[in-house]
Amino acid sequence: MTHSHVTTTINGDTVDYLCDAEETLLDVLRDRLGMTGAKEGCGTGDCGACTVEMDGRIVCSCLVLGAEADGRSIRTIEGMAKGEELHPLQRHFLEGAALQCGICTPGILVAARALLEKNPNPSETEIRYWLAGNLCRCTGYDKIIRAVQNAAAEMRGESNAA
Amino acid sequence: MPLDHNPDKKDFKVVGHVKTRPDGVDKVTGRAKFGADMFAPGMLHAKILRSPHAHARIKSIDTSKAEALPGVKAVVTAADFPDNPDLLANEELVNIRYNVMARGKVLYDGHAVAAVAAVNPRVARQALKLIEVDYEVLPHVVDVELAMAPGAPILHEDLRTNGEGDEPTNVARTIEIGHGDIDAGFKEADFIVERTFTAGAAHQGYIEPHACLANVSGDGSGEIWCCTQGHFMVRDFCAQICGMEVSKLRVTASEIGGGFGGKTTIFIEPVALALSRKTGRPVKLVMTRDEVFRATGPTASSSTHIKMGCTKDGVITAAYAELHYQGGAFPGAPSDMGAMTAFACYQPKAVKALGWDVVTNRPKQAAYRAPGAPMAAFAVESVVSELAAKIGMDPIDFRLKNAATSGSRSSYGPTYSDIGLVETLEAAKAHPNYSIPLGPNQGRGVASGFWFNFGGQTAVSLNVNIDGSVALSVGTPDIGGSRASMCAMAAEELGIPYENVQTIIADTGSLGYNDVTDGSRVTFASGLATIEAARNAKKVLCARAAKIWGIPEDAVKWEDGCAIPAGPNAGEFPPLSIKELAAQAGETGGPIAGHYEISADGAGPSFATHIVDAEVDRETGRITILRYLIVQDAGKAVSPTYVEGQMQGGAVQGIGWALNEEYIYNDKGLLENPGFLDYRIPVASDLPMIDTQIVEVPNPGHPYGVRGVGETSIVPPLGAVANAVAAATGTRPQELPVSPPRLLKLMKDQPLAAE
Repeated sequence: MTHSHVTTTINGDTVDYLCDAEETLLDVLRDRLGMTGAKEGCGTGDCGACTVEMDGRIVCSCLVLGAEADGRSIRTIEGMAKGEELHPLQRHFLEGAALQCGICTPGILVAARALLEKNPNPSETEIRYWLAGNLCRCTGYDKIIRAVQNAAAEMRGESNAA
Repeated sequence: MPLDHNPDKKDFKVVGHVKTRPDGVDKVTGRAKFGADMFAPGMLHAKILRSPHAHARIKSIDTSKAEALPGVKAVVTAADFPDNPDLLANEELVNIRYNVMARGKVLYDGHAVAAVAAVNPRVARQALKLIEVDYEVLPHVVDVELAMAPGAPILHEDLRTNGEGDEPTNVARTIEIGHGDIDAGFKEADFIVERTFTAGAAHQGYIEPHACLANVSGDGSGEIWCCTQGHFMVRDFCAQICGMEVSKLRVTASEIGGGFGGKTTIFIEPVALALSRKTGRPVKLVMTRDEVFRATGPTASSSTHIKMGCTKDGVITAAYAELHYQGGAFPGAPSDMGAMTAFACYQPKAVKALGWDVVTNRPKQAAYRAPGAPMAAFAVESVVSELAAKIGMDPIDFRLKNAATSGSRSSYGPTYSDIGLVETLEAAKAHPNYSIPLGPNQGRGVASGFWFNFGGQTAVSLNVNIDGSVALSVGTPDIGGSRASMCAMAAEELGIPYENVQTIIADTGSLGYNDVTDGSRVTFASGLATIEAARNAKKVLCARAAKIWGIPEDAVKWEDGCAIPAGPNAGEFPPLSIKELAAQAGETGGPIAGHYEISADGAGPSFATHIVDAEVDRETGRITILRYLIVQDAGKAVSPTYVEGQMQGGAVQGIGWALNEEYIYNDKGLLENPGFLDYRIPVASDLPMIDTQIVEVPNPGHPYGVRGVGETSIVPPLGAVANAVAAATGTRPQELPVSPPRLLKLMKDQPLAAE
C-alpha cells in the first residue's frame, strides 16, 4: 500500500508522518503519533468525541483523512493546557463536576474553546446548539453548560464567575 | 462482627465537601487512559466477523483465504474455545461463551462468528471479507409476545421453562412475587385501572466502545487491559472460557468511558486472549459503534400489563402486574427485578407480580441502570397517576397516601429499614417547580421510583506511606467518581486532608476479589470497606504510638490525624501525627496498613420523585422538556455535586428512553439503527437545566449513612414523561418511546378527555 507523506502543524509544532490512504486523522493522531486525547466513539461523525480544530474550524477527526491534514494547522486537547496551567474551561469542568467518565470531555473542551474564541458571551441556547454534536451520556449536560458559562464569564474578566 | 455504625454522624469535615476528583486533571487534559488508549510493542489488531442474519445454522466456515492474506497472523472461531469441565459446570458461562463466539447457530444480527488478528486494522478488516461462512437461514423472532406464542421459532432446542417440561420454548424463566388476597383487594376497590404498556429496548449508550488489549506469554500466563465495570469478573470468566488457571491471568481496568451496566459482562476479551495465545503477540480489539449496538447488551424490551384498584379515598387496595421481558438470545431478562420493583414505592394490601424471561433473536441483554425497573415503573406510575386523576386527588398526595415508609413491608417481601420516599414526595410538592403555571399544550407529570441498591463482595487495602500520606487500593472500577468518595471517606476516618489520600483501582493480582461495579454498590460497599480499613489502620497507628510511649495499646486513641493518650491516667505525651508515626514505622514494627474484606449487606434502598413539564407540538409530534426536577434520597451525599451528576445523568437517560431511544428491527430481524444518528440519545440542545434536590435519610447499614444513588434516577423518568404527555394531550402514551410519529398517531387515533 502506498503511503502519503504529510507535513502538518499540531498544537504549534511541525509534525511529519506517513499514512495509508484510508487512515483518518483520528487514526493518525492516536495510532501513529500517540496522541490519544481524541477518542473514537462512533467513527461516523455522530458523537464528537474525536473533535479537533483544523485551521480554526472544529471537525470530527474521524471524518478527515490523515492525508488531508497536509499543510494545515491542527489543535487538539493535548495543547489546551499551558504546562501545569489549565485553560479556564478545563478548570471549570473540573471544579464544576462537568465530567464523569471523561470520554467525551476532550472533544467537548476543544469544541467549547472554539465557541468562546468566536463568541465570548454565548447564551445558554447558543452553547447548547454549539455542543449538540458532542454526545455525553453521563451528565445530562447541565453541569457542562454551566461550566462553559462560568469559564466564559471568567475569560471576559467578570469577577463573579463561580 | 457488628460494624460500628453511626449513621447519625453529623460533624463531617471532608465527607459532603468534596470539590474535585482525583482523576479529573487527566480527564480534562486528554491524559487519562481508556480501553483503546493502550499500546504494546509488537501489537496486532483484531476484528470480528459478525452474522448478517437474525437466525441461521452455520453449515461451514472456511478461513483459509483470510489466513493466506499477507499480514494476517491468526483466525479464531468457536473451535478455539473448546469445552472444559469448569466451564460446562456453569450454565451462565456456557451461554456467555456462545454469545462471545457463535457455535452451531447464529442467534442474532451481529453475533460473532470468527475473528482475525493482523498487523493493522485495515488488513484485519480486509481479511474478514475473505472468510466464507455458509449459512442456512432459519425463521426468526424479535418480539416478546410473538416469541411466547405457540409455533414461534425456537432459539434453543434444549431450553425449558424453569428447567421443567418436555416441549422446547422461548420462555426461560417465570417468577411470581406478592402477598395478600388479590381478588379481595380488587373487590374493595371503588376504581380500577387496567392497561398494557410496552417499552422499547434501550442501549446503555456509553460513548466508549468496548476495547481491550490481551497479552499471553509463552509460559501460559496472560494479561488483559480493558474497559470494564468488573475486572475480577473479566479475569474469572475469561480464564474459565479459555481454560486457564485464574492465577495466571491478571486483568487491569482502564479508565471506563461509561458503562451504566453494559460493561458488567464480557464480549471481546476472550477473543483477544485466544488470538494472543495463538499468535504469541499482544492483540488489541476495539469494537466499532455498529458492533456495540448490534452485539452488546441493550436492556430488555417489555410488554407489561398492569391492573390497580383504589378506594374513593385514595387507598390502593390491590396491585397486579404481568411483565413480559425479552432479553435477547439468552436467558437473563430482568423480569424478576421488574416484578420486585414494580410496586415497591407503595403499600397495597394485596400485591401480585408475575414475570416472564423470554429469549428472542436479538443481542443478549445486559444490565442497564436499575435493570428491569424503569419499564415496570413506567407502567405502574402511569396507572397510579391515572387513578389519582380518577378520584380527583393531587398525584403527589395520592402517592403520599400510599407511600412505602420506614418499617413498612415492601411489596417484594422484606420490611424496609429507614427509607426516604415520603421525604422526596414532600420536598417535590414544596418545590417551586410544582406550582409554575403551564401554558397550552403543556403538561406536568409526576413519578416516583425505587432501586434496591446492592452490597456484595468487596476487598480494600489501605497503606500508610512514609510521609504519612495514604495509598488506598480498591477493586471496583470507578464509573461515577467513586475514587473521590473513597478518598473522602478514608480522609474523614483518619482525620487527614482529602488531598493526602490517593485511591487507585488495583489490578486483579494486587487485591482480593471484588464483585463488579453494579447495583449502585460502590460508594456504599467499597466505602464501608474503606472506612473499616481505615479503622484497622488507626488501630495499628495507635499500637505504634503505645510502643513509642511505652504504655498499653488501649491507653491510646486517635483524634484529628494524631495518636493521643486516651485519658489522664495514660500519661502525658505530645500527640504523634500520622506523619511522625509513618516515619518511624520501620523501627516500630514495619509497614502500617489496614485491610478489610466483606460481603456487604444493608445497602439501603434509594427512592426518588421526579416532576417534569413537557410541551407537545401538535403539528410535528415533537415533545419538548421544559423543566425537570429530581428529588432523591442519597442517605448521606459524600460528594454532593457528583450525586447531582448521577441524578441528572440518570434522568436524562430516562428522558431519551421515553422520547426517542429504541432498537428498530426490519422484517428480516436485522437492526436498522445501529448508530448514534438513528439511535438518537439526548443531545445538549434537546434539554433544559435539570433541577436537583438531595434528601438525606441516613442508611442504617452504612457507617456514615450512605446509600447508592446511581440507578434510582433512571426509574421515574419514563412514567413522569408519559404522565406529562398525558396531561398535555389528554392521550395516554402506552408505547415508549413516544417518538414524534408515535405521538401523532396516538393523538389521531385515541383522542381522550384530559385527565
